Amino acid sequence: MLKITGITRQFDRKPVLRGVDLEVAAGEIVCLLGASGSGKTTLLRIIAGLERPDQGEIIIDGRVMNAIAVHDRDFGLMFQDFALFPHKNVEQNIAFGLRMRGLSTSAQHKIVTEMLEIVGLKGFEKRDVSELSGGEKQRVALARSLAPQPRLLMLDEPLGSLDASLRERLVMDLHDIIKRLGLTAIYVTHDQQEAFAIADRIAIMNAGLIEQVDTPQAIYAMPRTMFAAQFLGLNNIVPIVNWVDGQAKTALGNFPADRTAQAILIHPHGVTLVDDEKKQLADYRLRGSLKSRIFLGDSYRLKVEIDMGIELVFKSSAMDHPIPVINAPITLQFYVESVISLW
Amino acid sequence: MDRRSSALRRLRRRGGYGLLLMPLLFLAIFYFYPLASILGVSFAPQGQLDLSGFRRIITTPYYAKTLWFTTWQAALSTILTLGLALPGAYVVTRYRFSGKSILMAMATLPFVLPTVVVAAAFSALIGNNGLLNNALESLFSLDRPPIQLEQTLALILIVHVFYNYAIALRIISSYWANQSLRMEESARVLGCRGWRLWWEIRLPVLRPAILAAGVLIFIFTFTSFGVILILGGVRYATLEVEIYKQTVYYFDGLPVAAALSLVQIGIMSAMMLLYTRLQQGNSGDLRSATQIARNPETRGEKLLVMSHVGLMVILLFAPLLALVARSFTLDGNLTTQFYTRLSQNPRGSVLFVPPTEAIWNSVKFALLTTVLAVTLGLAAAYLLVQRRFRWLDPLFMLPLATSAVTLGFGFIIALDEPPLNLRTSPILIPLAHTLVALPFVVRSVLPALKSIPASIPEAGRVLGASPWQLWRLIELPLVSRGIVVGATFAFTVSMGEFGASLFIARPDTPTMPIVIYTLIRQPGVANYGQALAMSVLLMGICGLSFLLIERLRTAGVGEF
Repeated sequence: MLKITGITRQFDRKPVLRGVDLEVAAGEIVCLLGASGSGKTTLLRIIAGLERPDQGEIIIDGRVMNAIAVHDRDFGLMFQDFALFPHKNVEQNIAFGLRMRGLSTSAQHKIVTEMLEIVGLKGFEKRDVSELSGGEKQRVALARSLAPQPRLLMLDEPLGSLDASLRERLVMDLHDIIKRLGLTAIYVTHDQQEAFAIADRIAIMNAGLIEQVDTPQAIYAMPRTMFAAQFLGLNNIVPIVNWVDGQAKTALGNFPADRTAQAILIHPHGVTLVDDEKKQLADYRLRGSLKSRIFLGDSYRLKVEIDMGIELVFKSSAMDHPIPVINAPITLQFYVESVISLW
Repeated sequence: MDRRSSALRRLRRRGGYGLLLMPLLFLAIFYFYPLASILGVSFAPQGQLDLSGFRRIITTPYYAKTLWFTTWQAALSTILTLGLALPGAYVVTRYRFSGKSILMAMATLPFVLPTVVVAAAFSALIGNNGLLNNALESLFSLDRPPIQLEQTLALILIVHVFYNYAIALRIISSYWANQSLRMEESARVLGCRGWRLWWEIRLPVLRPAILAAGVLIFIFTFTSFGVILILGGVRYATLEVEIYKQTVYYFDGLPVAAALSLVQIGIMSAMMLLYTRLQQGNSGDLRSATQIARNPETRGEKLLVMSHVGLMVILLFAPLLALVARSFTLDGNLTTQFYTRLSQNPRGSVLFVPPTEAIWNSVKFALLTTVLAVTLGLAAAYLLVQRRFRWLDPLFMLPLATSAVTLGFGFIIALDEPPLNLRTSPILIPLAHTLVALPFVVRSVLPALKSIPASIPEAGRVLGASPWQLWRLIELPLVSRGIVVGATFAFTVSMGEFGASLFIARPDTPTMPIVIYTLIRQPGVANYGQALAMSVLLMGICGLSFLLIERLRTAGVGEF
């Protein structure tokens, strides 16, 4: 439905986007996930038409949109600060886009009522926007961008200014509403939990490029690049120093890897503690000593210094094993499936 | 100053407010006492109640007409200025262009230029014998000046726009820059465009700033004095001019002048109250993303930026350049004789002293005013920053709401007899100027003082700073920028002050604006030329002190 090709953009001769390609299917929620400065917001603004790309095309249903002005694109956009019009009440805010399209007052009113029902703010029509709580503002902003039935809904960190507990609840609501209305959406965030919760597919952005596009599950299980792995908090990365008998030689030993890879990730998800030294169950085994342990409720996060001086981090269920004390010798094991090639 | 303020702190610690009450005492003696005298003269000129002054201004249609003219010329000036400044503010907020910061700094220049200088500048540019008319006459060999603006309303309005354009531009653009651009972008995504964006989003968003700027400009143009006195001729008189005329020209004008002053004080106080109200609700949403100006990209954007920069430059510099040019020309030839003549005092001159002496008078008065106004203003700011004295705030704005002419008028009727006879003392001028400058100092220092979070001095105290160290090392650096801005305001306000000085300046100690006014009213090329030369000098001094402050501000004033 949406296809963007080769988007570049510079600000003050600094490249912010360096050739971005992305496709979004109808009814899909794609999340642009990246740190601040990665170019994700600029990309969103270019799709919206608020910025012009230096190069590249934005194509909707086969039609190039570059020359179409922002007010003619029929998109919806929701900002982090919601940008509600302070001089208009809830109803006037939501009806704004409808009024711009010349709808009759009664038609406007009908849609506003409908929208308020969808976002769960029935009866809020005459409220002043300054009286609303953060969560309510967010819902009004959503209703405002949904009201004109946009072809594409764009959300720029829509939960960024809310506190964590509220965010968790609203991200579910947001997901349900978008799915119920069958909307195509682009969602910008720096929060991987939020991205995992809402996205059908995630595009990880770094330094003006998309590093990887995949489903949340696939991206977490198989990050492709060192950046993607680190951004998702997967830090057990060991550089490949050489190739021996078709295997990648690293400081932790030799592992099978893609011939072009530059490093391997030992996915913490597959690492377990060895409680019985005699049983050889997994493919690989590493010895070290426990450097720190942090209790997380349902598990511990353990940092283990392997004998070669490299630190690995993984989680261990709080219930399964007795957790060794600090500096105690420790043995880890994992299967070959947990060794991921990184570029 | 340090020692005095450490004393302030000691006093404050003991709960005493003696020194802090100094500005209140000053206002009582030099503002309220003269005002009371005006009241006395208007209600009881002969000692018993007599409302003849009021009866005369109510029964004579001329005064109603004057009030009407004062009001609608102010309204028209305000609307014109805002209409021009709004698109200008848009360009300045949205776009980056080379020389922008210099242009913005220079745009504030008219604000510190004395009215007499500006009046002289416009007469040099578009007066009957001005640069533009001379050029057009010789170009098309006309025998009459094609632009006949002298003593017209149009000229008055043009000068008012020149004066207030930068005020509107600054207030609106600085407010705008702190507003999130997201609102407008949301509207655009929702299908809003062009004029509708202005109507639906921009104007409502800017409403507080537009109103504040509007009220301020209305206040300034309502009390316009020098501009109308010099450029309006006999046809146009504002209340302010009428007060002056009644006092100076008519034998029995005092009660009328006093009554008119009261009317003016009433209207201005209401406007001032409105202004402070507006200012209170005038806090931009500083949390959200502020606007970042960008380079103009499309041809349309470039054209927009260029045309507005062009307009600003022409509006700003054409009159000032014309003033300089005319001050150096006589019958089409270059000459410096107007300048050299300033140091002479030929027999039969309208002045008692050589004009150059007025320069020293003005500088001396201005320096004294600066010291007085900064001292009192700082004390006032420390007073007003405390919660329990906050209600006194509008009190310190009163002198700004009271026209300079009224102040001068009050001075001459109150301070010329015991208990306080300063009639013959030259100190009267810096005292009056201090009164005019005080609100500017308070307004410059108070926001800086208010913006210091309580946690900062607390942190300093916990770290072991004595009250004196606290003030010297923490508070002073944080407010020093405000102090310097206030001091420069005080200096330039004093240099250019005209209305009050016209009443109280003695013939042997004239100030620069008085000399310019005296010369420009006299017939003859030589007098006119000298007036322009003097105006150039005054403009230079005001411009220099103005540049100094802009330089200091960018160089980080907190260092001293």
